[in-house]
Amino acid sequence: MAEINKDLVKYIAALARLEFDEEELDDFTEKFKNILDYVEQLKELNVDNVAPTYHINFNYNAMREDEVRESLEISQVLRNAPDKKEGFFKVPRVLE
Amino acid sequence: MNIKKLNTIEIKNSIENREIKAQEIAEYYLKRAISLQEKTNAFITLDEENILKQAKDIDNQVEKGFKGKLTGVPIAIKDNICTKGLRTTCASKILSNFVPPYDATVIENLKKEGAIIFGKTNMDEFAMGSSNETSYFGPVKNPWDMERIPGGSSGGSAVAVSAILAPASLGSDTGGSIRQPASLCGVVGMKPTYGRISRYGLIAFGSSLDQIGPFARSIEDCALILEVISKYDPRDSTSINLKTPEYLKNLNEDIRGLKIGVPKEYFIDGVEEDIIKGINDAVEILKKLGAEIREISLPHTKYGIAVYYLIATAEASSNLARYDGVKYGFRAENVKDLKEMYIKTKKEGFGEEVKRRIMLGTFSLASGYYDAYYKKASKVRTLIKNDFVNAFEKVDVILCPTSPTTAFKIGEKTNDPIQMYLSDIFTINVNLAGIPAISVPCGFDKKGLPIGMQIIGNYFEEQVILNASYAYEKAVGGFKFSPFQEE
Repeated sequence: MAEINKDLVKYIAALARLEFDEEELDDFTEKFKNILDYVEQLKELNVDNVAPTYHINFNYNAMREDEVRESLEISQVLRNAPDKKEGFFKVPRVLE
Repeated sequence: MNIKKLNTIEIKNSIENREIKAQEIAEYYLKRAISLQEKTNAFITLDEENILKQAKDIDNQVEKGFKGKLTGVPIAIKDNICTKGLRTTCASKILSNFVPPYDATVIENLKKEGAIIFGKTNMDEFAMGSSNETSYFGPVKNPWDMERIPGGSSGGSAVAVSAILAPASLGSDTGGSIRQPASLCGVVGMKPTYGRISRYGLIAFGSSLDQIGPFARSIEDCALILEVISKYDPRDSTSINLKTPEYLKNLNEDIRGLKIGVPKEYFIDGVEEDIIKGINDAVEILKKLGAEIREISLPHTKYGIAVYYLIATAEASSNLARYDGVKYGFRAENVKDLKEMYIKTKKEGFGEEVKRRIMLGTFSLASGYYDAYYKKASKVRTLIKNDFVNAFEKVDVILCPTSPTTAFKIGEKTNDPIQMYLSDIFTINVNLAGIPAISVPCGFDKKGLPIGMQIIGNYFEEQVILNASYAYEKAVGGFKFSPFQEE
């Protein structure tokens, strides 16, 4: 079983692009640990010969003709953007 | 005319027969919804002008001879279903000013049949919760006892029907989010088969589990709304291309010979006594109607919560990655570069439970943990699914409680995620298997709080579920679905 501590929580947070204040971290780590303790019960089951189910879907592949279709107007798509310029989403600088 | 008593079909008929105007219906429900908003907090957005305009348009169309299945019927919509030009927040700060540029397919289908899109209902943030307490816009109150939660995540949609703020509503169900609040609020709520209803325009949480469905006062209303939204949609690659069923027309209360399975794993310690009694009473009624009752076993039931909280969160962690401050509404201020913008936007924009689930999902999928968590859970999911497949070789439907408890007090479980997650123990496996199920009111506990029974069916057998529910509804003389029914 994975050792659940503040360092692991910080590592996972970094992967998820999340961040916790030091004061939230104790409580979060505790609850996180409780949940992972709970899911440990899956260990009781031997599933070596069981195929995984990633989805329940009766479609195999939904294919369609590669044809031009009407899409949303750029102005509508950009309507919710916090920042935009000349028909594009605008973001803060990427590099120093 | 007593508008409050009219069901969806009566509303439609009265409007089409020019006995009443869509506008009068809309005004009536608007007045109720607005006057009870402070008490219930059922709505996030209630755009009076927009609703009255829709009603007026319908009245004009009816003048020209328009006929639809839901002409002039106001339907409240959970706030994770996109409505063109109408704010859709997912009850999250991060989408608090998001206005969709398009309608979800279910909204298009409702509009085609003349329905009025009546406000956006409160919910748990991103549908992550079982009590409606994780909403950025505050908790929703249960009309049967305002100190209690309505269930979640579609709490607002359940309350809209239970408090008679709308004749019907739509919710979404990823692990019980329609059935559990329906049970706790005493209304009918149905989760159809995965693939039955298009998810196009439903803001994704757990993509392999999410499904839209109706809340209603009666089985007839439920059948009608389900029929309107059950349409194949090429825009959702998981939508199944089947003929649209005529659920309402095919309702049949004759259930003689129907084989009903009662799973022993659903009558365990921790289920409230009054609930067990309520379900047993319902079983007796169904038996008298000619159904055959059989005890069955779904041996992997208890693993459902663990499986769900590894799979649903994994899917959520991927789905919610898009809320990074670039495309939708909220962006954190005063950031020095792109990475900091991502982190600060998520940190400020998401609530605690959403962060917890993103973290769990990221963990479940992370290199080094994937095999032991996500993949293992996906294998156990197969066992859970096979439990149902095996059961449906012997029985037509499965009957059990929807929730192990009736409505609990606001704040009672907020500090204990596991206790909160366990409220979905009887609903979650249905989503993991992708099969349909309904929650039907079946009496009250000693505190006067509603009890719900769940009827689970085989893939695409919504009609069988509806018929069993309809037989029960008729036998008990209809549901007392609202504490305000007689007032």
